[in-house]
Amino acid sequence: MAVLDIKNLHKSFGEIEVLKGVDLSVAKGEVVSIIGPSGSGKSTLLRCATLLERMDKGSMAYLGDYAVQEDASGNSIYASNDELRKLKRHFGLVFQNFNLFPHYSVIKNIVDAPITVQHRNKAEVYEKARELLDKMGLKERENYYPHQLSGGQQQRVSIARALINDPAVLFFDEPTSALDPELTQEVLKIIRELADQKTTMVIVTHEMNFAAEVSNKIVFIDQGVIVEQGTPEEVIYSPKIKRTQEFLAHRK
Amino acid sequence: MKRNNFLPSFVKLSTLFVFFASSVVVCAIDNPQEATSVWSGVAEFWQEICGIVNTLGKGVLYSIGLFFLTILFAFPLGLIVAFARMSKNPIICNVTRVYISIMRGTPLMLQLLIVYFGPYYVFGMSLKNYPEFMAAVIAFVLNYSAYFAEIYRGGISSIPVGQYEAANVLGYSKNQTFFKIILPQVIKRILPPVTNEVITLVKDTSLAQVIAVVETFTIAKQLANAQASMLPLICAGVYYYIFNFIVAMAMERIEKKLNYYR
Ligand SMILES: Nc1ncnc2c1ncn2[C@@H]1O[C@H](COP(=O)(O)OP(=O)(O)OP(=O)(O)O)[C@@H](O)[C@H]1O
Ligand SMILES: [Mg+2]
Repeated sequence: MAVLDIKNLHKSFGEIEVLKGVDLSVAKGEVVSIIGPSGSGKSTLLRCATLLERMDKGSMAYLGDYAVQEDASGNSIYASNDELRKLKRHFGLVFQNFNLFPHYSVIKNIVDAPITVQHRNKAEVYEKARELLDKMGLKERENYYPHQLSGGQQQRVSIARALINDPAVLFFDEPTSALDPELTQEVLKIIRELADQKTTMVIVTHEMNFAAEVSNKIVFIDQGVIVEQGTPEEVIYSPKIKRTQEFLAHRK
Repeated sequence: MKRNNFLPSFVKLSTLFVFFASSVVVCAIDNPQEATSVWSGVAEFWQEICGIVNTLGKGVLYSIGLFFLTILFAFPLGLIVAFARMSKNPIICNVTRVYISIMRGTPLMLQLLIVYFGPYYVFGMSLKNYPEFMAAVIAFVLNYSAYFAEIYRGGISSIPVGQYEAANVLGYSKNQTFFKIILPQVIKRILPPVTNEVITLVKDTSLAQVIAVVETFTIAKQLANAQASMLPLICAGVYYYIFNFIVAMAMERIEKKLNYYR
């Protein structure tokens, strides 16, 4: 069963249709990278998937549970707020600019939601959080506040925060775009490790080499439609479609 | 950490002392014939001040009461007004907008008069069971809620949307998001303008005299008239200054407390 299954997603802002019928299926353990020019709708796709934006048409299911269904004419019908809230445990999102809570320490940023929202056992959550911080190379930093950390460290905290509920899939929206090359490498290293451990991930990125290296599947989006998708060999190294070739030629 | 607070406070305390001492000197120059024997003069003078402070006492209590009741009610009410102002419902939003603009656009003194005399002139109600002090509290709360509302609103809209989005994805409810994530950050950001407003409030309490609330300034004026001396007014001034000095120190304390993040 697919971890995430999006069918025929349409999304407009006012008059402008930003996504024009996108299908995206993510299997367990799969790493999918979404690439495409600026304004093509990559972030909007991720925001629809993480329920930050409501889609107009199409359906979406996590692990077979519908978050959004289609009615007879294809319009989206959302599940109740309660059900949606439960589904949020299935995914985590890592933002481009981290969005850590500045008034919470590193550890509190990670443990607060599972304790106050999901009502998980406190000791268990703390133990898991410390384990994650260790994995992120931030063992010594649990009592720091976000402003005392470098951008790369902040992003690693936000990855730990997104992982605390063992989500079925982790979304990244350009996780390294706000970082300088050195800090980019330390964050990419973490994502690479997660990929090695078969963490299911969907990554929007402009780092083509990295995408080619960690992904099982590359999805190229342009103007709200999926133009081409396949393995990194197919899409990045020998794209068949002209638009993809042009885009990749520009990026090099 | 704690230690280095000491010096600035000391400097402020000495300024306060200089202020007080200079007002004493000004008073002494006021009554030159009493300066014959310096020490008896000082003792007499001290007694006079004690007498004034004693008489002012009751008024000071009213001023302080008015101040704290206004703070107590206007802080939460201001938040509610801010929400109403940001409401998507155009009626609620516009009614609140008009309310805020009237409260900020007309003199507090006029609002005091209207709140106190309004029930009598408009509805013919008797003022017997309507203490002036209560009217003053109502007027001050209505007025200051409008000011606080605008401060809250500015603070709330300055929080980046990313904070709401991160909370949303983590599953926080709307209430949890506001009270756990947004409000603490808002409070930190609005502290400087709130401090300004609170200091103005200390001085504004003297306006309650227009509806005959027996606050500090009312008494000081009566004493000054009776004794044909400026001393009571200066004592009142010192009281306001000390009160504000304490308020400013308290606010600075809170600001320092919240300095642990960004
Ligand atoms: N809230 C919004 N209101 C109106 N238009 C929006 C909104 N969000 C996105 N858009 C528009 O939708 C289109 C797709 O935006 P999106 O952010 O998904 O692009 P993107 O592929 O992520 O681009 P980038 O690589 O620059 O991040 C853009 O034309 C953008 O202007
Ligand atoms: Mg984007």
